[in-house]
Amino acid sequence: MIMQQQKTSMLEIRDLHANVEDREILKGVNLVVNAGEVHSIMGPNGSGKSTLAQVLAGRDTYQVTRGEIIYRGRNLLDMSPEERACEGVFLAFQYPVEIPGVSTQYFLRAALNAVRWHRDEEELDAIDFLKFLKQRMQIVEMDEGLLTRAVNEGFSGGEKKRNEVLQMAVLEPKLAIMDETDSGLDIDALRIVADGVNQLRSDERAFIVITHYQRLLDYIVPDFVHVLVDGRIVKSGDKTLAHELEERGYSWIEQQTVTEQPVAS
Amino acid sequence: MTVSSTIDDWTNQEYRHGFVTDIEADSAPPGLNEDIIRLISAKKGEPDWLLAWRLKAYRHWLTLEEPAWSNVDYPPIDYQKIVYYSAPKQAKQPGSLDEIDPKLLETYEKLGIPLAEQKRLTGVAVDAVFDSVSVATTFKDKLAELGIIFCPFSEAVQDHPDLVRKYLGSVVPYSDNYFVTLNSAVFTDGSFVYIPKGVQCPMDLSTYFRINAASTGQFERTLIIADEGAHVSYLEGCTAPMRDENQLHAAVVELVALDDAGIKYSTIQNWYPGDADGKGGIYNFVTKRGKCLGRNSHISWTQVETGSAITWKYPSCLLIGDNSVGEFYSVALTKGRQQADTGTKMIHIGRNTRSTIVSKGISAGYGQNTYRGLVKINKGAANARNYTQCDSMLLGDKCGAHTFPYIEVQNNTAKMEHEATTSKIGEDQLFYCNQRGIKTEDAVNMIVNGFCKEVFRELPMEFAVEAQKLLEVSLEGSVG
Repeated sequence: MIMQQQKTSMLEIRDLHANVEDREILKGVNLVVNAGEVHSIMGPNGSGKSTLAQVLAGRDTYQVTRGEIIYRGRNLLDMSPEERACEGVFLAFQYPVEIPGVSTQYFLRAALNAVRWHRDEEELDAIDFLKFLKQRMQIVEMDEGLLTRAVNEGFSGGEKKRNEVLQMAVLEPKLAIMDETDSGLDIDALRIVADGVNQLRSDERAFIVITHYQRLLDYIVPDFVHVLVDGRIVKSGDKTLAHELEERGYSWIEQQTVTEQPVAS
Repeated sequence: MTVSSTIDDWTNQEYRHGFVTDIEADSAPPGLNEDIIRLISAKKGEPDWLLAWRLKAYRHWLTLEEPAWSNVDYPPIDYQKIVYYSAPKQAKQPGSLDEIDPKLLETYEKLGIPLAEQKRLTGVAVDAVFDSVSVATTFKDKLAELGIIFCPFSEAVQDHPDLVRKYLGSVVPYSDNYFVTLNSAVFTDGSFVYIPKGVQCPMDLSTYFRINAASTGQFERTLIIADEGAHVSYLEGCTAPMRDENQLHAAVVELVALDDAGIKYSTIQNWYPGDADGKGGIYNFVTKRGKCLGRNSHISWTQVETGSAITWKYPSCLLIGDNSVGEFYSVALTKGRQQADTGTKMIHIGRNTRSTIVSKGISAGYGQNTYRGLVKINKGAANARNYTQCDSMLLGDKCGAHTFPYIEVQNNTAKMEHEATTSKIGEDQLFYCNQRGIKTEDAVNMIVNGFCKEVFRELPMEFAVEAQKLLEVSLEGSVG
């Protein structure tokens, strides 16, 4: 990766601290993501990976106590969750939510039109939308039958995750955050999901791929790998760092950070 | 935006139909006695047999106690303070729409029910009931060409006494329950429908009930008869002004379906629900029952209940004819201090009778929502089938949902299915929608509409749109 190349800054997280119910989870996260880059965030369970994803999306169960997040030149923390979404922040949920009685197709159209309305673009009518949707569905090899079913209701784990990627493909975000999209997927589903993401990679779009395992990164090859431990990014590197982690385990990093910590702070 | 703040704002939403029409009324003095009943009967120029029937009901009512078994709570009603007859004063009985007081026409325009037929784009015939009288019925002549009778009840008494006498009280006897007995004594107007043999009514028929005068009770009666092979879709809408005192609405609806006949009865009930603290609002005590008298007959009730301080109604089906079918689809929404105790009774008497019950209760604010239903399979009802689905949705944590399903089976060939769920609109669902760019208010609408979908799709097209809009209005202002 050529680090020196001039790039547009997409996201800058500076000294981010966040609590849930008075317990500090994020303890000073710093991260810069430029357009066109794929960043992977790895870390042991409970290190704060999902919290970071939820804070970026604007979930109000997490309180930011310190630090700032600049997204495309604006203060992200000032924006409501729906405004963030309309401005191009997308979160692929670890546990996609079921909405009974609301068809997937209807939901997707409502979402797309909300985003288009925000951008002063004309809403798509049902027919144009369906055309667009069918073309996008090829990206995740999704069965058309799912469109008329209620959002995520009775979907298999793989279908839910594919549905997340489909939504990403429809909404065409600028910054896509994938929260453990690989969890609960068999190898075929993993490949389809990863292929979908790879098709969506572009110079204008950035990805933050959160995962516990290196496996996903064989398919979605990151430009950068960051290791989050106890609410801080303690090590950053290129994709080889993921392999090293896979071999040596998180305890290797944890031991390292204990010794490095005083120096860092 | 969190669920709790969304829900808190619910109670502050505006009631859109709360205006009062300033029109001179010809009203009876408040109070109930035999003289009042004679006065109502005389105003309507009724035959002696009907007055005798009213008086019989009244004398029976005096022996009854107001029922207390339902899951609703309200202070005692003073029946002597209610005005039992109130009619807008008009110089003479209008012969056509041109002769109707413009204020009345304006009222219905405001409510979105333009009575002038030429303005109507849609094929719906309307009977407009204002307090105690019907003020206009549209498309009457056109329907008459097919032999369809669609007119105010009091007119039917004059013009079709044999039909009225034959069927009045044949489904809901005057002694059925406290409120029915009261209604039988003092009922004023309502709609009468007769569809002759083999006729498919070409347009939806509807009645729009409006309570306007203060302290007035509305006691209407609707009677619909579908003769052999006849089919009709009937719609009913209701609104009232915002007033601080509670007003009583005690209606009776009787449906009769003969061999191979079908009646689809849809209601959008949006009586004034009272304010956020529970002051004012309509007490809605209604008895609705359909008799599937003929073989292969079909009666379907669909209701969207969003108004009234108290709702107490159980649209029911007596499945007498072999192979007859009864259906009940309901959405009941309670918010603020509203209370609803609603459901159905499906009484299987004939062979191969089938019934379907789909009930969706939505509670918000301090609303209390009760589903109460009875499915009864009589001894002779071989191969009866029932499917019941009862879902409750809670918005917020101060409201309540209650379910009382009663099942009595006396024939072991019966097949019964019962499903029930209770869910809460979750922060998770709202956040998921928000993360896709959808505003909280729109997300709540989407989730609630999704929850009600199985019922909405039973409504006639235009009514379904109105029902959705009504829920959306109820949800309006939910994002602060």
